[in-house]
Amino acid sequence: MEKHSAALDAAEAGGTKLITVTVRIRRFNPEEHPDPVWVDYQLEMDPKERVLDALNKIKWEQDGTLTYRRSCAHGICGSDAMRINGRNRLACKTLLKDVNPEKPITIEAIKGLTVLKDLIVDMDPFFQAYKDVMPFLITKGNEPTRERLQSAEDRERFDDTTKCILCAACTSSCPVFWNDGQYFGPAAIVNAHRFIFDSRDEGAEQRLEILNDREGVWRCRTTFNCSEACPRGIEVTKAIQEVKRALVTRRF
Amino acid sequence: MSTEISDALVVPSAQAHTGKGLGTGNPADAFVIEPARQRSKKTPRRTRTNFEMLAWLFMRLSGIVLVVLILGHLLIMLVLDGGVSKIGFAFVAGRWASPFWQVWDLTMLWLAMLHGANGMRQVINDYAEKDSTRLWLKGLMGTATVFTVLLGTLVIFTFDPNI
Repeated sequence: MEKHSAALDAAEAGGTKLITVTVRIRRFNPEEHPDPVWVDYQLEMDPKERVLDALNKIKWEQDGTLTYRRSCAHGICGSDAMRINGRNRLACKTLLKDVNPEKPITIEAIKGLTVLKDLIVDMDPFFQAYKDVMPFLITKGNEPTRERLQSAEDRERFDDTTKCILCAACTSSCPVFWNDGQYFGPAAIVNAHRFIFDSRDEGAEQRLEILNDREGVWRCRTTFNCSEACPRGIEVTKAIQEVKRALVTRRF
Repeated sequence: MSTEISDALVVPSAQAHTGKGLGTGNPADAFVIEPARQRSKKTPRRTRTNFEMLAWLFMRLSGIVLVVLILGHLLIMLVLDGGVSKIGFAFVAGRWASPFWQVWDLTMLWLAMLHGANGMRQVINDYAEKDSTRLWLKGLMGTATVFTVLLGTLVIFTFDPNI
């Protein structure tokens, strides 16, 4: 990534050495003004701290009106996806030293979803797309009397897409989604992939039918923004292409 | 992804940045920043056709064929045997006397027009936000495509060198 300065190297080698960081947050107050504004905050931070720590410090010590979502703060709940230095990341998994703290660090809400306040967006359309691909086990016939067993190879087939935490970093990095929010988006397709390629599931045909439609996988333009944005390292674009391939091979 | 931040004012935190007082204080009047064409519970209208898949496949397959056709066309027209200087009425008449070149040009015309029109359809789908704008742009583009394809086909089949 960015080149480290001598001060940063020293901070990494030794104990805590605070540096002055400028955090530039795109703030939006729905009750006061229709336009967003970038606000600069000056902080004394250890470069080994996370961007979320910087946000907390601003909220707790400088401006209590700063609004953002966070829950577990350890990269599992998927609440704090935001656009940091122009790239979607989880604030709780991004260290200040990795986003060039010598320049102002820009933080804004993820794109393509309605901004409600500061860094908070309306996630309803995102979860609606998720629900629309039926992200649950679909089976036919009687319930088995024991567990639904699966070989290690069958489990491995969709292992990558089980890692999704629904943070919306991928969907809100997709240029097709920015222009047309009715596109299912990478996250919904990843979660459809998780069931389509599950040997225990029997609803693959229904899900493929849904994703074959106008706003489905065929709108993907393979820009790889989603794969780059995913904080869990899921190969999102690959998963979308696998759904495309499944559609083509099943139809012909 | 770019990092430009030119779409809004930059202010230091010491300066008042929110209280511009344009709001009414009533939560129902709150401002929002909305993206284009949001998904709602009702949005996905099922069409249950393979049209999008066929369009996607057509783009790939026609693209491969067009590379051969167009590069061959350019080579013959611009490079081989004297280049552009040889092109005239007699040259075109001579080529279209052979069914092979008729089929070549006809295939190139149809594939290129449909390939381009399908690409434009994607662009319109991406950038036109209102349904009415989409309808008009696609209608205009469809008309232009059909006109060009039919006119070109007519010329290739009814071409008379003794005109």
